[in-house]
Amino acid sequence: MLNDEQVRHVAKLARLKLSDEDVTKFGGQLNKVLGYMDILKEVDVDGVEITNQVTGLNNAMRGDVVESGTATPADILACSELDKESDQIKVMKTI
Amino acid sequence: MSGLNKLTIRECADGLKSGKFSSEELTKSCLDVIAARDGELNAFTEVCSDSALEKAKEVDKKIAQGSDLSPLAGVPAGLKDIFNTKGIRTTCCSPFLKDFIPPYDATVVKMLNDNDMVMIGKLNMDQFACGASTEHSCFGVTRNPHDLERVAGGSSGGSAAALAADMCMYTLGTDTGGSIRQPASFCGVYGMKVTYGRVSRSGVTAMASSWDTVGNFGRSVDDIAYVLNAIAGHDKYDSTTPKVDVPDYLSFLGGGVKGMKVGLPKEYFGEGVDPEDVATVKEAANKLQSMGAELVDVSLPMTKYAVAVYYITMPAELSANLERFDGIRYGKSVKGAEDLVDFYFKARGEGFGDEIKRRIMIGTYVLSAGYYDAYYKKAQRVRTLIIEDFKKAFEQVDVLLTPVAPTPAFKVGELSDDPLAMYMADALTIPASAAGIPGISCPFGKSSTGLPIGVQVLAPQFEEGRCLVVADALK
Repeated sequence: MLNDEQVRHVAKLARLKLSDEDVTKFGGQLNKVLGYMDILKEVDVDGVEITNQVTGLNNAMRGDVVESGTATPADILACSELDKESDQIKVMKTI
Repeated sequence: MSGLNKLTIRECADGLKSGKFSSEELTKSCLDVIAARDGELNAFTEVCSDSALEKAKEVDKKIAQGSDLSPLAGVPAGLKDIFNTKGIRTTCCSPFLKDFIPPYDATVVKMLNDNDMVMIGKLNMDQFACGASTEHSCFGVTRNPHDLERVAGGSSGGSAAALAADMCMYTLGTDTGGSIRQPASFCGVYGMKVTYGRVSRSGVTAMASSWDTVGNFGRSVDDIAYVLNAIAGHDKYDSTTPKVDVPDYLSFLGGGVKGMKVGLPKEYFGEGVDPEDVATVKEAANKLQSMGAELVDVSLPMTKYAVAVYYITMPAELSANLERFDGIRYGKSVKGAEDLVDFYFKARGEGFGDEIKRRIMIGTYVLSAGYYDAYYKKAQRVRTLIIEDFKKAFEQVDVLLTPVAPTPAFKVGELSDDPLAMYMADALTIPASAAGIPGISCPFGKSSTGLPIGVQVLAPQFEEGRCLVVADALK
């Protein structure tokens, strides 16, 4: 069972801002959902392989070649709502 | 000419070629219905009237010049608002992407454009495809054309409702745990979930990468085949698309089911499944039997664990995929943040709806140190057992026939306060998604209250054709 502190911790790891109300609401819902997952304890999976990919593809490779798509650098830059300068996006100071 | 909006793709192609009507007339008839009915249904997030009419006129010109065109040329279609469309807003129905205009087309959009699609608009969905009712859309719920008090299903609710209301001729959607099949069943149209990797996902916003598929809705089995012919196949921009030959899906129609072995998995007819849904599938099974198919009782004992497997691995993958939404390169940004971390917290806190936050937190939790083995790895192992169930079943039978959803369309708001109950709406579609196998939802019956009920036909990987054979026999 997740307590409020753990809900806050998970939200912090996921970079989600939650209000105190959210913590209570989501906490109850998460516990109900995670409680349901206990049904898997019934299943014996000793020696069972993990499934990561279902069609058997492995290491799909291609040449390391840059292709010019249909999007121009200006198109790509326009996707950002932040201020730009000399074709670069201005972000907040990181250090 | 009235009623053009109700035509199938084949009827459109024939009529356009013979000059009976123009693509412009077809497109206008769809736009008229959208104008008349979308206020109450809310299937569209954006109607592209001008560009659609422009494209229609261009196709009409090509027809007049005698060009050899695709059967899809000039036929109006709608796209779930998760497919990148160059220059046209693509929102995933989330505040995070509400003003996002993609700089390129998704591969499937490009493929359909190469077939001269008239793209009439973008369609409503649960935010980032997370939901089973389209109630989690920042544009509001899509209502079921058969009963406005009820949901159209989800997450591709707009795609199903628009088609059921004859607002276009075909639509695209995505199906991760049932997001095409369930709304198709709720709205009384066909919905095809393909084999994992059969159709490219490049340019389609990712939800759960080992589950997501792109598929289509149609008002006839033919329509499903025509569109599948145009979108299936390997794409160098999606490394999960195997180089498996694409058959002509139209060739599967009209063959009949004589000698086919149809499995009825007992776990799909148990507790929690509405008796009317069960009766509908039994009726479909009897019809197939009367046409020469052999019915076989089979068992898929791991079925009851599929929802738990899904709601561990899907949020895990979703939380990882949505990490890229930082509000910097694209999507919602915020003002007045104290520092970069505060910027992320605010952008994601304001940009994601409740269901997304819930799933991101479940995913983050099951991937965190100390819980990874107990939840995530365990679920991946149980997934293997679900796959083995299907493999064994397909040694005995050619296809499986099941209900699509436990109930017909539920009422708007009925399940919205209970996420777990909403998750159960996908209980009969999730297992096939776990195994990456194809399935089609076929409209077959109606409930006593007049709501559509679909039946699901499942086949082994890359055997979409078998789904079409059975769907065609059931029409």
